[in-house]
Amino acid sequence: MNSMSNELIQLSAAKLSEKLVKKEVSALEVTKAHLDRIEEVDPAIHAFLHVSTEALKVAGEVDGARRLGAKLNPLAGVPVAIKDVLCTMDMPSTAGSKILEGWVPPYDATVVKRLRDARLVPIGKTNMDEFAMGSSTEHSAYGPTKNPWDLERIPGGSGGGSAAAVAAFEVPLALGSDTGGSIRQPAAVTGTVGMKPTYGGVSRYGAIALASSLDQVGPVARSVLDAAMLHDVIGGHDPKDSTSLNESWSSFTEAAKEGAKADSLKGLKIGVVKELGGEGFQKGVSDRFAAVCELLAATGAEIVEVSAPSFAYAIAAYYLILPAEASSNLAKFDSVRFGLRVNPPGGGTVEQVMSATREAGFGPEVKRRIILGTYALSAGYYDAYYGSAQKVRTLVQRDFQSAFGKADLLISPSAPTTAFKFGEKLEDPLAMYLNDVTTIPANLAGIPGLGLPMGLAEEDGLPTGLQVMAPAKADAKLYSFGATLEVLLKESSGELILQDSPLYPGANNASSANGGVK
Amino acid sequence: MSQSHSLEPEQVAHLAELARIALTSQEISKLTGELGIIIESIAKVSEVATSDVPATSHPMPLTNVFRQDIPGKTLTPDEALAGAPDREGDRFKVASILGDEQ
Amino acid sequence: MSTNAELMDFEKAIELFEPVLGFEVHVELNTNTKMFSDAPNPASSQAESATQEPNTMITPVCLGLPGSLPVVNEQAVKFSISLGLALGCEIASSSRFARKNYFYPDLAKNYQISQYDEPIAHDGEIEVEIAGGKTFKIEIERAHMEEDAGKLTHVGGSTGRIQGADYSLVDYNRAGVPLVEIVTKIIQGTNENAPEVGKAYVATIREIVLALGISEARMERGNLRCDANVSLSPRGSGKLGTRTETKNVNSLRSVDRAVRYEIQRQAAIIAAGGTIVQETRHWHEDTGTTSPGRPKSDADDYRYFPEPDLLPVEPSASLIQELKNALPEAPAKRRSRLKADWGFSELEFQDVVNAGLLNEIEQTVQAGASPAQSRKWWMGEVSRIANAKSVDPSTLVSPKSVAEIVKLTESGELTDRLARQALEGVIAGEGTPTEVVAKRGLKVVSDDGALIAAIDEALKSQPDVLEKIKSGKIQAAGAIIGDVMKAMQGKADAARVRELILERATG
Ligand SMILES: [Mg+2]
Ligand SMILES: [Zn+2]
Repeated sequence: MNSMSNELIQLSAAKLSEKLVKKEVSALEVTKAHLDRIEEVDPAIHAFLHVSTEALKVAGEVDGARRLGAKLNPLAGVPVAIKDVLCTMDMPSTAGSKILEGWVPPYDATVVKRLRDARLVPIGKTNMDEFAMGSSTEHSAYGPTKNPWDLERIPGGSGGGSAAAVAAFEVPLALGSDTGGSIRQPAAVTGTVGMKPTYGGVSRYGAIALASSLDQVGPVARSVLDAAMLHDVIGGHDPKDSTSLNESWSSFTEAAKEGAKADSLKGLKIGVVKELGGEGFQKGVSDRFAAVCELLAATGAEIVEVSAPSFAYAIAAYYLILPAEASSNLAKFDSVRFGLRVNPPGGGTVEQVMSATREAGFGPEVKRRIILGTYALSAGYYDAYYGSAQKVRTLVQRDFQSAFGKADLLISPSAPTTAFKFGEKLEDPLAMYLNDVTTIPANLAGIPGLGLPMGLAEEDGLPTGLQVMAPAKADAKLYSFGATLEVLLKESSGELILQDSPLYPGANNASSANGGVK
Repeated sequence: MSQSHSLEPEQVAHLAELARIALTSQEISKLTGELGIIIESIAKVSEVATSDVPATSHPMPLTNVFRQDIPGKTLTPDEALAGAPDREGDRFKVASILGDEQ
Repeated sequence: MSTNAELMDFEKAIELFEPVLGFEVHVELNTNTKMFSDAPNPASSQAESATQEPNTMITPVCLGLPGSLPVVNEQAVKFSISLGLALGCEIASSSRFARKNYFYPDLAKNYQISQYDEPIAHDGEIEVEIAGGKTFKIEIERAHMEEDAGKLTHVGGSTGRIQGADYSLVDYNRAGVPLVEIVTKIIQGTNENAPEVGKAYVATIREIVLALGISEARMERGNLRCDANVSLSPRGSGKLGTRTETKNVNSLRSVDRAVRYEIQRQAAIIAAGGTIVQETRHWHEDTGTTSPGRPKSDADDYRYFPEPDLLPVEPSASLIQELKNALPEAPAKRRSRLKADWGFSELEFQDVVNAGLLNEIEQTVQAGASPAQSRKWWMGEVSRIANAKSVDPSTLVSPKSVAEIVKLTESGELTDRLARQALEGVIAGEGTPTEVVAKRGLKVVSDDGALIAAIDEALKSQPDVLEKIKSGKIQAAGAIIGDVMKAMQGKADAARVRELILERATG
């Protein structure tokens, strides 16, 4: 890979945008550089399930339009990766499941359509835990994605593919989806930025549903500004999604730019959620979090401790609501209209074909959750389980309401630990579930949460992430605050943490993704 | 409602039937154990879900979201059937049906 | 399929048992688009369902494709509220959708979006009237919104039925058609009138939805479908019996027959010491019998929960008032108005009501025919053919066509006999009455030349009659008219023939 390519793939989307607008570089060159990078490192990382064969053509068209003086979106010509949970008419959309192997939808998800309308360059589909059920991508039917920081470790999940692709400089931007932390937790363990928007802020139309009342699509990037720019492209009301908010959102890009210019956090009240830290959190994570709190206080923010007692029940509620909704959402995978069909030996009735197909097509975690959800909804158990979980949801919302009465924003670590090793929690579903303790409350309440890097843990040199939460619809506040904090952290540590990554393009330690790390 | 949180393999088998998954007996026994543990830990939601707490099914309290009654674009039969495991003419083909119509 | 079930004599059954009824009627709304998708609605007034090719009226939502999401059709909600109001129901200030989960290949998502604990309308009441003017109050438990399923075609085997088929084919055009399901409370006190009350109830629902203009209500097309619940309570026991639910009783006459059959069947079983199984049963139009379907079991665990993709429907008081103001008159009121307008006798009018032909006759009159002629055709020839074919008269021919036939006879263009042939042609699908007349050459012969030739021929062959006419016995012309009409194969105007005979005989 030449130095020009190395330079291009290091650049943020915002920087690429500048260069593209000034015609210092073409979309074709940018896209080619990233495709080369994918070819070089993805055999080791396995962030992609599919690489677009159309990307260069699309990039060329963008260059053509720009030459003709078309008024283009700032991100026109910037490559973007798309989580495989999103429907794309020109690429298979499998949600990481064997049951959808090779399925090419006859329609685009609204967010994908918006990417195309803004003329970003879809570069491929990223790996994920099957149907977004997991925190490690180990549940992908197509094999796990490796963490670019350490190939023996998980990249987080379910959106490990999007996070790893961005962290490994295979693409500057990606789309993720976050049902209980699937954007924020991978961001934390890969040293990237990810945003779960306010529920209803981004259309779910064409996002293969896991849990309808929790799912939200959001941007994945290496900087807060990049995430904000992508959010501006994909967000806003969609009449095809009944739960989409009919709001006029202010520019997140502007919010991030303003935030980056701010030199003080004076007057800002930052709440530290007592229940989202302490016991069970890795020391390196807690240390970094404490350091961030000090940094914020030193810059004028007022740190207050807030308590959210019902968060103790949040995971339990989540692991009832999610499987219940998922058991119903995943019923459509029945071998009739699309996807896999497995005929039992000797044929069989349609019921038997459906059962054989779902037995063969779903992985163990999917089956586990479907059975759990079926149980939670079944006659005689509904009130105790699903009904109660919906009440806990009310309590969690109330806790947030009272916390936001005391603080403008809430912070916590994005994940209790740094990236764990493959297989570590695979046989212990409950331990895997506990991994999402910090991120789940925001999904239950529908509020936005931003995950951004907060430095490396001392004991293992792996990234840690900070989660910032705001009241519903206050997504702009997160971008503004996130951009400020990003500057502060850069000033305090001197570098963006991804430059410590073994896969940093052109870095000495990035000689080979295959064996060069640890 | 009170009930024990332990799960029997017969129950798991019944749930698998409801969910149309032809689990093997090994899967059933493994799941019975795993789900038992999970249910034990999530059953605590009922501790705080008292009758005075209303249920929240949507995170954002919207109402009356409607669509105008105007036809839009449809799929062609070929688009609709492109991903079908089996078809006959422009219909989806499935194995014979055992049960009754609902 | 036939069953050899023993039946008890109906009168005997009613002597021993009190029939208890309940009905679930599904009404397909005729909105332009489906309930949750902007796909065109095959049950709309525009859609000509006879010519619909399979899987042409679908979107990703109708197919339940991964990632697709439902959005509620506002018009369907308004229609549902209007129907609820017309049924005397209370409209819920907040109602919501729920998922009913069960696997079936015609149900694209393997859950039906329906309403469960919070239906749009509840607690209503309507009055139905049977022969002799006897009325019954039917209490409505609820009316809720939901979506229809696709259509299965069973291929192979001998019967084309589900049992024994080699495989099945699915067409999702109907998937997502807006439905309102109307559920009655239990209906008691109908006694020997039970079958007629059932029929009158469904006929009244049909009248209401047609008056509201919210459904095409063509039962033969499945726009209106009835499930009939029947149980028997031994007289004096005060105990309700086990009920059966007979599915898809899809014509008015079948409602009467199915209820009657179940009463007779159940009575025979109980009297013989047997027990009734709680089950769904299939109705067989051809044999007039029911046969067992699925027993109710814990497989009926539908795992209802609030549909997370949709939001509560909370109609404003002003919208409800607006829809209330726009309601057409109540069936009972309408009936007394029509009776007065049409000038029918009590008996004539009752016959029309019992036949469920009120709407047809009203529309025929609206299309320009006289009430008496409209009644004559619907209650006469159309009903006769319908009876022979075991279908409802309304399924055979449109009011517009009947009106056209009436007008053609009134203008002298068709004789009664020719008009009956025209009706036959219309029913056979040969086109409108005018088209059938043209195609079949049914025009009355008005060329006097041909008539005169036939008259002269007839007069020549019956000189005695000619003499009688000449001598002033004009009524004798009848014999000649008969001959001439025969010779003209009925295509002559009898009045003109008579005129010409007198001319020829006396001239
Ligand atoms: Mg029913
Ligand atoms: Zn129904």
